[in-house]
Amino acid sequence: MLSDIVETTPIDANGVRLETLPAFGRLNFRGRGAAVSAMGEAFGLALPQEACRAAISGSRAALWLGPDEWLLLLMLPSDTDAVIAAAATSLAGQPHSLVDISERQYALGLSGRQAATVLAGGNPLDFDLRAFPVGMCTRTVMGKAELAIWRTEPDRFHIEVWRSFAPYIRGFLREHMREFGA
Amino acid sequence: MPDSLAPDFTAATVNEPFRTPSGGRIDRAKPVTFSFDGKAYSGVAGDTLASALLAHGVHLMGRSFKYHRPRGVMTAGSDEPNALVTVSRDAGRTAPNLRATQVELYEGLSAISQNRFPSLGFDVGGINDRFAALLPAGFYYKTFMWPRSFWDRVYEPVIRASAGLGKVPTAPDPDRYLQRHVHCEVLVIGAGPAGLAAALAAAESGLRVILCDEQNEFGGSLLADTSSLIAGKPAQVWLAETLAELAGYSHVTLLPRTTGFGYYPHNHVGLVERVTDHLASPDGAQPRERMWQVRAREVVLATGAFERPLTFPENDRPGILLADAATTYLNRYGVKPGKRAVIAAANDSGYRAALALAEAGVEIAAIADLRRAPSGTGYDAAKRAGLPIETGKTIAGTSGKMRVDGASIASVGEDGTVWKTQDIACDLLLMAGGWTPTLHLYSQSLSKLRWDDTVQAYVPGAVAASQALRAAGAASGAYGLEAALSTGFKAGNDAAVAAGGDAVTTRVFVTVCPAGDASTFLGALPHNRDANRVRAFVDFQNDSTAKDLKLAVREGFRSVEHAKRYTTTGMATDQGKTSNMPMLGVMAQAQGKTIPEIGFTTFRPPFTPTTFGNFAGAARGDLFDPIRRTAIHHWAEGEGAVFEDVGQWKRARYFPRQGEDMHAAVARECKAVRGSLGIFDASTLGKIEVVGPDAAEFMNRMYVNPWTKLGVGRCRYGVMLREDGFVYDDGVVGRIAEDRFHVTTTTGGAASVLNMMEDYLQTEWPDLNVWLTSATEQWAVIALQGPKAREVLAPFVEGIDLSPAAFPHMAIAEGRICGVKTRLFRVSFTGELGFEINVPPSEARRVWEALYAEGRKHGITPYGTETMHVLRAEKGFIIVGQETDGTATPDDVGLTWAIGKAKKDFVGKRSLTRPGMMESKRKQLVGLLSADGRTVLEEGAQIVADPRQPKPMTVLGHVTSSYMSAALGHPIALALVEAGRSRMGETLQVLVPGRGSVAVKLVSPVFYDAEGARLDVV
Amino acid sequence: MLIIPCPHCGPRPELEFRYGGQAHIARPVDPSPLTDQEWASFLYSRDNERGIHAERWRHIHGCARFFNVVRDTTTDQILASYKTGEARPEGV
Repeated sequence: MLSDIVETTPIDANGVRLETLPAFGRLNFRGRGAAVSAMGEAFGLALPQEACRAAISGSRAALWLGPDEWLLLLMLPSDTDAVIAAAATSLAGQPHSLVDISERQYALGLSGRQAATVLAGGNPLDFDLRAFPVGMCTRTVMGKAELAIWRTEPDRFHIEVWRSFAPYIRGFLREHMREFGA
Repeated sequence: MPDSLAPDFTAATVNEPFRTPSGGRIDRAKPVTFSFDGKAYSGVAGDTLASALLAHGVHLMGRSFKYHRPRGVMTAGSDEPNALVTVSRDAGRTAPNLRATQVELYEGLSAISQNRFPSLGFDVGGINDRFAALLPAGFYYKTFMWPRSFWDRVYEPVIRASAGLGKVPTAPDPDRYLQRHVHCEVLVIGAGPAGLAAALAAAESGLRVILCDEQNEFGGSLLADTSSLIAGKPAQVWLAETLAELAGYSHVTLLPRTTGFGYYPHNHVGLVERVTDHLASPDGAQPRERMWQVRAREVVLATGAFERPLTFPENDRPGILLADAATTYLNRYGVKPGKRAVIAAANDSGYRAALALAEAGVEIAAIADLRRAPSGTGYDAAKRAGLPIETGKTIAGTSGKMRVDGASIASVGEDGTVWKTQDIACDLLLMAGGWTPTLHLYSQSLSKLRWDDTVQAYVPGAVAASQALRAAGAASGAYGLEAALSTGFKAGNDAAVAAGGDAVTTRVFVTVCPAGDASTFLGALPHNRDANRVRAFVDFQNDSTAKDLKLAVREGFRSVEHAKRYTTTGMATDQGKTSNMPMLGVMAQAQGKTIPEIGFTTFRPPFTPTTFGNFAGAARGDLFDPIRRTAIHHWAEGEGAVFEDVGQWKRARYFPRQGEDMHAAVARECKAVRGSLGIFDASTLGKIEVVGPDAAEFMNRMYVNPWTKLGVGRCRYGVMLREDGFVYDDGVVGRIAEDRFHVTTTTGGAASVLNMMEDYLQTEWPDLNVWLTSATEQWAVIALQGPKAREVLAPFVEGIDLSPAAFPHMAIAEGRICGVKTRLFRVSFTGELGFEINVPPSEARRVWEALYAEGRKHGITPYGTETMHVLRAEKGFIIVGQETDGTATPDDVGLTWAIGKAKKDFVGKRSLTRPGMMESKRKQLVGLLSADGRTVLEEGAQIVADPRQPKPMTVLGHVTSSYMSAALGHPIALALVEAGRSRMGETLQVLVPGRGSVAVKLVSPVFYDAEGARLDVV
Repeated sequence: MLIIPCPHCGPRPELEFRYGGQAHIARPVDPSPLTDQEWASFLYSRDNERGIHAERWRHIHGCARFFNVVRDTTTDQILASYKTGEARPEGV
């Protein structure tokens, strides 16, 4: 269980909330050309071609993380094996890599009008909506740890973090929420 | 008076004899009580420590660094060299070297002076001043050369005891510090008239603007300007309206108490905001300081100018101030800095100060102007007011002990001859030496400074290629309020346009104000005294004088950078803010050159001293670095495990039972594994999933081993080299499918191995169809090792036949354990029958506990990394980073067998045949047995043939691993020894520092079960 | 902290990158026939330019791609950024 290594209770402050999101299914897809569209068909969602952009459909999302790399998120973790099986069929013979990383990382939600300010405590990106619009996603850093940040709404961020870095990220964000009353 | 003596605030001196009845930006209705050197004083809201002490007539605020001369406040800002104090809230909240001119008063503030013992008034270090002739420039370099033996025992301790400014806090800093990254189109540093005008222009463009100023209030020179009109309004009314306008813009961020301390590449600017230092009771939710890491498209430096002191004999007595500082104390803080003033003027600011002081009732005893024919709006007004002006005059010296009490005024003839004319009593002597644009940040940006003859100063030159900045107002050499506003507005507008904004309507700031004046005097003032005896201070904080600089020039220090270091001029905590230009002036004078021929010194961050907390930010305690824990961590904690750090991971090192030390615990754990069963958390091992049709080819190229023929469901121990042929990492690799490998790495090597693999894949072999995914945290790993491993494991496993025939040593299979997915390896790093069970971390603890419960029947024992190390050493298995150190080849550590002989190439292969890599004298892995059968050798100890040989000895090798072996009942060690494999059976000596040596016998590195029979217990 | 233009993600802060040494030093396709001297030169010889320098960076905390940058080491000005495998642009 996640709570074996990190507290999971939400942290609330004035204008910002940090919560642990429910379990997701996660696949790391790597491939080029036709394999990408074939994967989209197997996943039921065309993988975004634009750099640093996410696409959502139903309970699934695909995040562009690199020119041949996508993070596929499944809100229903139990669908993961079915997607792997579907991909095995539709991608047969096409070079690619599909690896189940559901357990490698987990998701935090950071929301509220101060959310971007809290992120700016340990991340050097520009979170102005013109520079980091809704739908943008990217791997980046927070303090001394790596994470991926996906802006799902103007004041809401979905954060993906490797599990052993979770206590650090949570502690780091909480430290930057203290001035807002956390 | 002892520093610890608590001040009695009830006895505070409340009479402030030098406070004016009205005026200034202070609030006389809000008294504040504070203490200085244990004595309680009153002040008012809006005071700095310096202004409040001046209100009591206290000028003596410190002692100088070298001569311990009494020193008073000289400036009213961040350029202050003298009035350094330590402000203390408690043992952890003690900040030394704060400038009293920047310390805002709060109720109960406690400050003490520095560089004095036992007290500021009587300081035994002042003896240095009497023997000043013995302390010339380079004194330390010249004096402490000999005898050499004195250095460690005498010179260094004495110098260290007397060196340093202030004292460090004695307790950990309990305050919090944060950082924040912020982006803007226009950053304006300095909120005087130029900065305000720049911000107004930039704000109108609608772009994001940040305006910061080091002071508690925005306004800069306007805060002390009681006479100028801007757009028909008094300057301070315009200021209030302008601040209200700026505050109304949501895209403008205003940061008072915020110093721009560093200018870094690509317009990255560091600001430090002092959030709570001015508060009597800071709110714990707020950080003490916040570092703003600003990334600005364009920067406007409106950092103003510092007034130059004048270099005349005894120019350092308390009561000698910069002229503009006196104006500021009077007009901004409502404090008269004295009763009777002499003004040494080379610039119109001296006259403006004289006029303001005279109006406040300070007697102006004389204005001694160095110029023969001065001009300026201040000069004209002073003349009209009938102030006593004398031209063509110099200051030949001053008198007074703890406070200036007189100035010698001398005439300077056309031919340069100087004759004394009169001694004038005074308690205030002002220096108006002209202005130096504040270009520290400009210079830090690597932009050029350019000498401008008309303003006799370095001004902004060519902007550095990777930066985008401009200066405005006095910082650009444009002096006077009118020029500040117009150049500021233009700079703000230009910056906004350069950052992509639209040009705004030009604003004309109609002003009524004194004209700017660039007059100055550079170099030591002429005088009629013995040049070998008098001291005219250039750097007040480091106590270097014109005489020191001239001596340095005579001794051959021509470069200003060398003379600076030799005399330490400009190298104190004030970074030469007041001393830099006077130094250049004296150097130029002494060499008969112009200042641009002399050059200038380099400015470096920080602009003013900056706390370590500012740089550390949140990175302390648990947030210093990520602490990574496995899914089994809390279970191990519950069992009393002792942990060790392995990179960022916490790993259980051993599990002591009641009364056990590490050796006892490890011996027990070792016996349990060899005798029955041990359980070990191997989750931190790096894991990389290598997938794609070219996976085997990629593995062939990356590892020394052959992979093509490794069957699906089989594992192999892989060795990876760097291109230079040295062992880089190792680990077991399992083939999950034709096109899928499960690669494991060392715990510490996980990230770097993946990076190296990606490097080759992306840059050398982009044609390969293979991809790498880190799976380190996708799988927790439970190692079950010992003769009972299969028996305990079997009941929980589904879908995998564990029989020895179906699942032999070095097999891998996917199946389920306790109902969850597993990748099951049959591998052994202990020499016993063993399994490594990969399971999802969210289920790992449940699986672990199930195995543990079942294993209790057989005395299952959790073991840690220490036991793992002993068990593998008994088997002669290396640990990369312990047996190898980045200079070991596979052959050195006995791994030649792993190399795929038929492979044409792999990373590092070509290097293995370089001559040095095949030398017969290379160090090779061997086992060592202590001849006495008892001594556990020191890891890292040197190995020699004869310990009695003369030094330096010929070292044959070193001990890499050393343990007491519970299974064998005696110590064992691994070592790298020159041509070690050819020395089997020889006896060598292992040096033990201070205790001679221990004889050791060289043996095979495999100490236990050399045939490997134990892997196959049925 | 530099701003480094990643050819895939655009300009990003240096904290997301890792330096990768001099660019355009290709590993020999077949190292075996190289003389010891030639191989040592491939392993260890690098330019140490004061000025314009082509170097590798990896956007390790971003898209994870290696790519090349032409940078003036005296000013940190970045003159070009291009994908691995592409030729250094003309004129820089």
